[in-house]
Amino acid sequence: MCLAIPGQILEVMGAAESRSARVDFGGIVRQVHLLFVPEAQVGDFVMVHVGFAISVVDAQEAERTYEVLQALELLDDEPKPAPSEMP
Amino acid sequence: MPEVKGFQLSCPLPITSHDHVLLGHGSGGKLSAELVQQVFLPEFSNPALARLDDQAVLNINGCRLAFTTDSFVVKPLFFPGGDIGSLAVNGTINDLAVGGAQPLFLSVAFILEEGLSFDVLRRVVRSIKRAADAAGVQVVTGDTKVVEKRSCDNLFVNTTGIGLVPDGVEMSAGRAQPGDKVLLSGPIGEHGIAILAQREGLQFESSIESDSAPLHTLVAAMLTVTRDIRCMRDPTRGGLSSTLNEIAAQSRVGIELDEDAILVREDVRGACELLGLDPLYVANEGKLVAIVKPGVADDVLAAMQSHPLGQQARVIGSVTQNDAGFVTMRTVLGTSRAVDMLAGDQLPRIC
Amino acid sequence: MKYIDEYRDPEIACALVANISNRVTQPWVLMEICGGQTHTIMRYGLDELIPPQLELVHGPGCPVCVTPLEMIDKAIALASRSDVILVSYGDMLRVPGSRSDLFRAKAAGGDVRVVYSPMEAVKIAQANPERNVVFFAVGFETTAPANGMAAWQANQLGLTNFSMLVSHVLVPPAIRLLLRQPSNRVQGFIAPGHVCTVMGYKEYEELVEEFRVPIVVGGFEPLDLLEAVLMLVEQLEAGQAQMENQYVRSVARAGNVQAQEIMKTVFEICDRKWRGIGSIDASGLRLRPEFAAYDAERVFGIEETGAEEPGECISALVLQGLKKPHECTAFGTRCTPENPLGAPMVSAEGACAAYYRYRRHTVARQEAACPK
Repeated sequence: MCLAIPGQILEVMGAAESRSARVDFGGIVRQVHLLFVPEAQVGDFVMVHVGFAISVVDAQEAERTYEVLQALELLDDEPKPAPSEMP
Repeated sequence: MPEVKGFQLSCPLPITSHDHVLLGHGSGGKLSAELVQQVFLPEFSNPALARLDDQAVLNINGCRLAFTTDSFVVKPLFFPGGDIGSLAVNGTINDLAVGGAQPLFLSVAFILEEGLSFDVLRRVVRSIKRAADAAGVQVVTGDTKVVEKRSCDNLFVNTTGIGLVPDGVEMSAGRAQPGDKVLLSGPIGEHGIAILAQREGLQFESSIESDSAPLHTLVAAMLTVTRDIRCMRDPTRGGLSSTLNEIAAQSRVGIELDEDAILVREDVRGACELLGLDPLYVANEGKLVAIVKPGVADDVLAAMQSHPLGQQARVIGSVTQNDAGFVTMRTVLGTSRAVDMLAGDQLPRIC
Repeated sequence: MKYIDEYRDPEIACALVANISNRVTQPWVLMEICGGQTHTIMRYGLDELIPPQLELVHGPGCPVCVTPLEMIDKAIALASRSDVILVSYGDMLRVPGSRSDLFRAKAAGGDVRVVYSPMEAVKIAQANPERNVVFFAVGFETTAPANGMAAWQANQLGLTNFSMLVSHVLVPPAIRLLLRQPSNRVQGFIAPGHVCTVMGYKEYEELVEEFRVPIVVGGFEPLDLLEAVLMLVEQLEAGQAQMENQYVRSVARAGNVQAQEIMKTVFEICDRKWRGIGSIDASGLRLRPEFAAYDAERVFGIEETGAEEPGECISALVLQGLKKPHECTAFGTRCTPENPLGAPMVSAEGACAAYYRYRRHTVARQEAACPK
């Protein structure tokens, strides 16, 4: 349920309830309503569900937590089999 | 606390049968296959038809004639990368080409809605002429019917094509064998997404164009390497998945794909992610899939990559004897998933 | 694509799986609540990667699957009227009602149109002033703010030809019901990341407190789900029961306040029937009296229709994670995506459809090896 995907704000127009943006999703651009994320600015990534941004992707948190994931990989010293070959 | 319904082992409800034609019957998936199996084949049965290839190859006085027909009802009529006219010409040429035929002649039949502007009609006709010239085929016969307003959507086109198949070329969906390699000529999903981007209710800005193109010279380049290619198909409606499932069914083999090897343009992927679509089920109009013997795979691939329409060709999988009738895919994580045939059209989803 | 591709990295997936395997010392039963999460698990084979002692059961997080039969029937009835344009998300088109579905209603002459956003439905109403536009507003809390905006916008514009057939459901009451069942086997939950993006996770903290089960808010990409599984396993192995958030890049504890405001302005909580489960108190949303003019049930005076599930459909048990789709006698034979007996087979997010689409070959293999 609830397919929401991240896209980057290219341009913002309007204000208050009509505040909206052109958002880029890997090369295609769609109009997205921004009224639920008044803090969102050009350059931000937003999670978009049925044409509405429901959150601004917290870039700092994302980076911090991704570094933790990457560190997991480095800690694992043994030569790695492909995931499907895990016991 | 509310009562939770228990599991009742009572008589199952009968399956609702189809008494109306649904849009899904035209989408190239399971419903389309059922329509063919249940309505058309029983009436028309003969060996040529039974092979269920994209074209019929007929032996007439020692000449091997390839014969195919296609109808085009695309909306909108004009879209990025083409229109119903060029789509019709290329689509029919491709059905002939994947049978190994050199396309020669086309017929074009129009069904026109009363009130259609002559400008629109001329644009389509000019486009047909351009596409035919580019491919070196001639439109030699045709037909026109006009129907009352609202009986068809502006304009429908049927094209029928004939071509000649050289000796030694025997390509058919029933010929795949375990060990064969599966080759794909380029990235998938462009045509379907280009059309969807124009649809009311789903519109978005994109520079994605239909990949509609005539593939006969690419096929000729591949046949120059070897005439003994098992099978070729152009994965149109229903996408790569439907085409490969048809081959797996006709040949009674399994097909195992490698997700990493199947190319999808970033923007096509963006559109698919947004709308919840799987690119494996999205239509293509300028791509082909070939099943070849393992020994010639590298050479055929090289020939494809040297051709403008095959520069991004890849080996995307192989034919197996396991899981006969199924298409499976090794995911980027190394696990296995089935690539099932869809019932009808793939619909955008929000869930 | 940024914030998608990184979360599909095979090497990190491998490392997460290794960590999970190292932590697990005994069997655990986990539930991912959201259908989108089920979809990812099946599509990427995550259940094949995690150690066999971990059982992933699929929860009732598919709003399509749980839309009551009567609602589908009402949508079909409306679609069949010549003065109505029925506008819907694509997901709903093949869900079986008592006798038919919206796709067949379209084939029989109904004007049924698919949109990506509810605002497109409002545009269709503006473009067709002589027809009545009914928008089939389904979904969980994730979709409620957007659906609510459609009603709000229609009101602003003073539209007289727009209404919504509302069938919204709320997740926490369903989980509470599940946790109260004596037959509940689930020991840890992955909470739905996009529902929580809107609502925050305070309601799930309450569940943790009341039932002493660990709950982790999870995202939707493979690494999100594997990380959420790891977090649950670490808690379970340590005997802990806490609320955690894996999906920090999108979810804050308080959720999205603006979105919640719109929901409160347009909707109010009501009891709702969940297909395959029954009526759950205070588990749904309906339009507030101020928006009655936009409530299709009131506008069209649609009678309650009695509707029974086919006896063979075990969606109730599948939705509660008590049975797996392939344990149903009808799976893949009498009940298929082309002829679904129940909603979990139709919805792209439904557990049955996910199994059928991504796993049919393994079920076929098992059957070939050990015919029943």
